[in-house]
Amino acid sequence: MKTNIKLLLLIAAFLMTLVSIRPVMAQDTTPAVSDDQVNEVAQDLYCPVCENTPLDVCPTKACTQWRELIREKIALGWSEQQIKQYFAEQYGGQVLAVPPRRGLNWIVYVLPPLVVLGAVFLAVNIVKRSRKPVKSQTEDSSLPSSAAPGTVLDQIEKDLQKEE
Amino acid sequence: MIANIGFGVLVITLVTSLIAVITAVYGVTSKTRAMLETSRLAALSTFPLLSISIAVLIVLLLSGNFEYVYVYQTTSLSMPVYLKIAALWGGQQGSLLFWCWLLSGFTFIVLIRKWKQDRDLLPWVIVVTNITIFFFTLLVLFFENPFLKYYIMYNGEIITSLFQPFHAIAADPTDGSGLNPLLRHFGMVVHPPMLYLGFVGFIIPFAYAIAALIEGRTDDHWLKATRKWSLTAWLFLSLGLVLGSRWAYDVLGWGGYWSWDPVEISAFMPWLTGTAYLHSMVMQDKRGLFKHWNIALIILTFCLVIFGTFLTRSGLFSSVHAFSESELGPAFFIFITVMFIASLGLLLYRWSSLSSGYQIKSFFSRESAFLYNNLLFIAIFAICLLGVIFPILSELFTGQQVTVGPQFYESAAGPLFALLLLLMGIVPLTAWSTSTARNLGKSIWKPALVSLTFPIAALILGAHRWVAVLAIWLAALVICVTLYDYIRSIRLRAASQHESIGKAFITLTSRNRRRYGGYIIHVGVALMGVGIIGIEFFQTQTQSMVKQGETLELSGYTVTYNNLEITDTPDGRNVAEAEMTITRDGRDLKVVYPRIDYYYDSDQAVTVPGLRTTLADDLYIILVDWEPVTSEGATFKVFRNPLMNWFWIGSIVAVLGTLLALWPSRERKSIQKEPA
Repeated sequence: MKTNIKLLLLIAAFLMTLVSIRPVMAQDTTPAVSDDQVNEVAQDLYCPVCENTPLDVCPTKACTQWRELIREKIALGWSEQQIKQYFAEQYGGQVLAVPPRRGLNWIVYVLPPLVVLGAVFLAVNIVKRSRKPVKSQTEDSSLPSSAAPGTVLDQIEKDLQKEE
Repeated sequence: MIANIGFGVLVITLVTSLIAVITAVYGVTSKTRAMLETSRLAALSTFPLLSISIAVLIVLLLSGNFEYVYVYQTTSLSMPVYLKIAALWGGQQGSLLFWCWLLSGFTFIVLIRKWKQDRDLLPWVIVVTNITIFFFTLLVLFFENPFLKYYIMYNGEIITSLFQPFHAIAADPTDGSGLNPLLRHFGMVVHPPMLYLGFVGFIIPFAYAIAALIEGRTDDHWLKATRKWSLTAWLFLSLGLVLGSRWAYDVLGWGGYWSWDPVEISAFMPWLTGTAYLHSMVMQDKRGLFKHWNIALIILTFCLVIFGTFLTRSGLFSSVHAFSESELGPAFFIFITVMFIASLGLLLYRWSSLSSGYQIKSFFSRESAFLYNNLLFIAIFAICLLGVIFPILSELFTGQQVTVGPQFYESAAGPLFALLLLLMGIVPLTAWSTSTARNLGKSIWKPALVSLTFPIAALILGAHRWVAVLAIWLAALVICVTLYDYIRSIRLRAASQHESIGKAFITLTSRNRRRYGGYIIHVGVALMGVGIIGIEFFQTQTQSMVKQGETLELSGYTVTYNNLEITDTPDGRNVAEAEMTITRDGRDLKVVYPRIDYYYDSDQAVTVPGLRTTLADDLYIILVDWEPVTSEGATFKVFRNPLMNWFWIGSIVAVLGTLLALWPSRERKSIQKEPA
């Protein structure tokens, strides 16, 4: 009788083990996260320790672990944005490849277009102002004002004479 | 003993450069010829003096005197001789001394060649160059002395000192820690000297510009006298940047050549302003335009040269290019500020006398095109400056650290680079003075039509990103227009002079080297653009762990992992080298050996890629990791970099064009032969 009970207990334990193993097996059947998927996210993050080194190429052990962390997050179904946000919260804003759009960081987004606009404004203004006729203007007769073949030939010859 | 000579000579150099400055100023203001001669001799002597100091340091590096801090930190017994010499510029102290020595050499050449011709300007050139030499010698002597030794105190503490302290004995290490492994590459041997030659070279035109402002010589003389200096400095700076890119491609193992690292950008910024200056020089030379602008540009370039040197050494940024943190920051900051304010003050003082009588007449004239070119360069520079200093500003004002990565630079400056390509394509066919869009259209339509075949071919071959297709067209436009204008000029010359095409080509090229040198540079830059387009828009990559005999697939290539060998080398490395076979369509193309070199002396590893390179693409394979003990499985990262080789070919073409533009003309030679 005792043997039967032991046998029943063993079978019960075996069944329970099987039941507990099932979720693990279920996890194993989910598609593995490839290195390429990890690097896709890691290339837009910077190593929190080695300044100015993208996470996908950083050779340190710490970065290897961070890449594994990205792998885990992808496996859990996190989006790229969520992972970046997580890293920024954990290690600070410097892990992001570009500053987040807030506060003083707006300078980085606003200033370049302003620089370009300023350059366009300057160019237009300088040329417009210059086009007003000036009596004292000196003409360099060695430089033709048109690119027609005749004048191109003149230009070539005058250039050569100048060099000589 | 020998180190004491090196140190003593540095002290003498410091005094000599100060004497040169004082006597030059006094000589000019009091019009004392003897004082000016003293100044000249003092300025001339800094070069041989610093040469002695450099020679002493090289002897110490080669003879393995590891009791000297600099020798210990930058060399080891296992390093080959050429790397021991390169260690001269491999560390903070040595590179500062080297920088200073180059400047004294350039000053020496100017004084020898130009003293009689430019008697009125050269005393002020001495003042500017010797103030800079004085500043750098001061830094070397009091902040970053390469002649310090290790001493062991009575309590066992190890200290560094120039002279032996009481109760201390000299340390005698048997080996050094060696140069940073990343720097043990041929690119490292040549990249820093080229960059320094470029940096220092721009100080000469700056010194001439300041001299002209002080003397009120607002004509073009300063500009013409330093034209070749400027072009030479630009050549070296360009070479430095390209060689640095090659070094990064070969050693840093990230699959690219340029990472928009703040220290890289700090060398790129003077190149941008220097390039703008080279273009606007032409305008002053031919049309008398941009006089204020040229002086402003050379002042800016000088300040950026010092700023770049400051950024590399201040410890503000961590980078593979940066030296360790030091106390130099405030000294550099003060020097840049004083030089910038003083130069700007002088420019403003002479502002009215620098006015030009000539005016720009049309939006489509060549003068306007040069103006747009300059504004584009300055806009790109402003974006780069913002990207470099913004992390500092953010930390200063908000306490938050931020990274400004490549995405910022590529999206903000990328369109401006495209516009520069467009200008390069248009300019050869623009007319001087008066011109209209109609005239320009008439001149350009033929080569523009031919250039369209390239983006069409790209579309047929599968390029679908419109930005990439547009960029390909712009690069093609530059090449087609330049070649069209070149060929048209040759044919016209041949027809008018009844010469053969070959003779007309030689006559044109050899007699107008500046113009056609510039054309070749433009073609070179467009070819470099092709390489950049390839890697920026069409790069593909994959990474995976594979077992021996297994393969990786990327863009039609198959890469098979054959085996991995781990060996210790006699020069102190542990080398893990994989053997990979690259095949395509079942055909073996090449066997490559990506490896990781671990350096025992410095406890650092370097990733060396396996590379298969053709005109169409590069296959770039990095060994990322491997299974310990068995080495059976290993992780590889494979990049396919289309058209990458054109970047290097283009840089060679650009260098050849610059050399052609620099080549002395016959006229110059004959002038030199005339008796003085």
